[in-house]
Amino acid sequence: MDLKKVDQIIDKYNAEKSSLIGIFQDIQAEWRYLPREAIGRVVERLGIPVTQAYMVATFYKSFSLVPRGEHEIHVCLGTACHLRGGQRLKENFERTLKVKAGETTADMKFTLETVNCLGACALAPLVRVDQKNYGKMSGDRIAKIIKEYRPDGEGKTHGEN
Amino acid sequence: MEKIKTPKELEKLRQVILAEQKPERPQVTVCGGTGCLSNGAEQVVAAFAEEMKKQGLNGTVNLKKSGCHGFCERGPLVTIHPQDIFYQRVSEKDAAEIVADTLIKGKTVERLLYIDPQTEEKISRHDEIPFYKHQMRIALRNNGRIDPANIRDYIANGGYAALAKALTSMSSDEIIREVEKSGLRGRGGGGFPAGRKWRSCRDAHGDVRYVVCNGDEGDPGAFMDRSIMEGDPNSVIEGMIIGAFAIGSSQGYIYVRNEYPLAVQNLTIALGQAREHGFLGKNIFNTGFNFDVRINRGGGAFVCGESSALMASLEGRAGEPRAKYIHTVERGLWDKPTNLNNVETWANVPVIITRGADWFASLGTAGSKGTKVFSLVGKVKNTGLVEVPMGITLKDIIYKIGGGILKDRDFKAVQTGGPSGGCIPKSLIDMPVDFDALTKAGSMMGSGGMIVMDDTDCMVDVAKYFTKFLEEESCGKCTPCREGVRRMKEVLTDITEGRGTEGSIALLEELSEAIALGSLCALGSTAANPVLSTLRYFRNEYEAHIQEKRCPAGVCKELITYSILEDLCNGCHRCFRECPQQAVSGEVKKPHQIDPAKCIKCGICYDVCKFDAVAKK
Repeated sequence: MDLKKVDQIIDKYNAEKSSLIGIFQDIQAEWRYLPREAIGRVVERLGIPVTQAYMVATFYKSFSLVPRGEHEIHVCLGTACHLRGGQRLKENFERTLKVKAGETTADMKFTLETVNCLGACALAPLVRVDQKNYGKMSGDRIAKIIKEYRPDGEGKTHGEN
Repeated sequence: MEKIKTPKELEKLRQVILAEQKPERPQVTVCGGTGCLSNGAEQVVAAFAEEMKKQGLNGTVNLKKSGCHGFCERGPLVTIHPQDIFYQRVSEKDAAEIVADTLIKGKTVERLLYIDPQTEEKISRHDEIPFYKHQMRIALRNNGRIDPANIRDYIANGGYAALAKALTSMSSDEIIREVEKSGLRGRGGGGFPAGRKWRSCRDAHGDVRYVVCNGDEGDPGAFMDRSIMEGDPNSVIEGMIIGAFAIGSSQGYIYVRNEYPLAVQNLTIALGQAREHGFLGKNIFNTGFNFDVRINRGGGAFVCGESSALMASLEGRAGEPRAKYIHTVERGLWDKPTNLNNVETWANVPVIITRGADWFASLGTAGSKGTKVFSLVGKVKNTGLVEVPMGITLKDIIYKIGGGILKDRDFKAVQTGGPSGGCIPKSLIDMPVDFDALTKAGSMMGSGGMIVMDDTDCMVDVAKYFTKFLEEESCGKCTPCREGVRRMKEVLTDITEGRGTEGSIALLEELSEAIALGSLCALGSTAANPVLSTLRYFRNEYEAHIQEKRCPAGVCKELITYSILEDLCNGCHRCFRECPQQAVSGEVKKPHQIDPAKCIKCGICYDVCKFDAVAKK
């Protein structure tokens, strides 16, 4: 992997130990996960223990140690969305994509996640794919949304690839 | 640009901006809050820009994309100044008509007006709509009125005048006394008196101090801090500068939740513009006072809303709270005295300085002064952000402002205070809302989430929802919270799945007490509130689940079955087509049936039926 890019990110924060979270966020944004080599470089440049890096990397929900899908689907499970059927929506996404929340489809197209509130409760139940919000969602719209992002292989999931 | 050094220069700049903006000029304001953006507000702005050009209004009408107007249910929202016309559910296709009719001919586009559901009358003026009429906006004073990406808009509305006044005419002690006298209490949840916190921090030993703004709004169903940071970031920054001056700090931090990228963007712009104008940096207002602010993004951990966990996170560590025998005002960030306040608290500060503590203290109740922003969500007609004086009754919020319960169903409870709060039943609907009354009722103010529930919501399920939330968000440092909350969730899961036993309720009560007494931070010590409050007011629902294996509200999946009501089903065949399990049978135009053996209770038939013919029992 291109460690030069990791160095650039670290330089942006002047290799400050207190900027560990910010550095990880930028790495996560670039590679959609924290590659092992990148964590190693951060540890080396910041002069911090490996354990501290992994403690932070595993504590916060926004970091992932495994590669994420091309598109991230966030099913909102805030209270308003929960009352309006968010839980059922999550289960229906799991069934359609054949993955559990937190997992990635085998073709690396989608990672399914839940989120504890996106702050757009008027649109409950809400699903966000990457930066796009789908408000007042219902189970019957799931297939169409997935097709929007995977036009060539509808229903392509685990075991079929 | 020239830095502002005196109140006079600030006022002069304000006059210049006002002259440039020509307040008499017509103005179109499109709401750019998250709700409206999701409904296509960006395209509405673009359509207006194009239509104005096309219809020859270039340069004679101001077009503005503002922060959240609050009435998210009706978005995208557009207001037309100076008539104060309020258009709702505006799409890009409506722009041409609004430009031609309203802006050019001065006529109202009737079909875009809000219709009062009670009187069925069309209301054209923004401030006459019931949702807005009963509100009092202090923290949200500029939200929806100014362009958050332009500090000049904020200055034109009197922004940074409080900073000028505080720095040039008040001493540190006078500012703190003013905030104390105002009775301002922390809006983040705890309700600690802000002035007293400032004083403790200023008087703490040490020469380096920090001020922190807590923008890690984690309570599900609360989005006021997001709206303020996105829609009026300068009010938060101005509050922080005043606080830093009073406390004696030269470095501030804003900790923003990871899920709020627009807040980070608008705060970054505002900080840059404040520096350009000399409100941040060296020798602010020629007083020798230096101060600057940094933004830190959170990593997606609810516990980081707790002050000591937030500070650990700012230091680049995992966000675990610590025991607070020594308060963070004495030893906080990097062991230095640190004053942390919530977004809404900071946003109130400039108004208190400008209008005075006496005015602020004249609003609200004996123990809770001023206003509070609530996010009114759930089964209520008018979902949105509302700001009301403390002491208003729940009934007024839900019915006068909220317009009542969705589909006119029965009101059952309102949940306040997020995962640390509780459910307040219908019998207490006349209760005045303030910090103390909510605590007495077994809930709490929290950050101001207000989730309305109707008779189709199961209280045991709600308790399970919050307990599961807390189990996932517990940092794991102390055993009572980590293990206790997990056990509570297991007991609740058993109850909702039909495995509850006679001893389940007693076990929940015992666990609640142990967790509340033994936990390290507020996440744990309040974790039992959702369970305790629902047990207190809705014990019969727990009993129905345990003894009769029945969910009265028809929510708990394991205890219900889906069926089709023969007399309501007209055989439209929609559920037949959508059912992923082929569990629905029936011919077109004849009542259908669900085969319970095939049904996986996914609820899709219930969602798609337009005739309410699918029943959950």
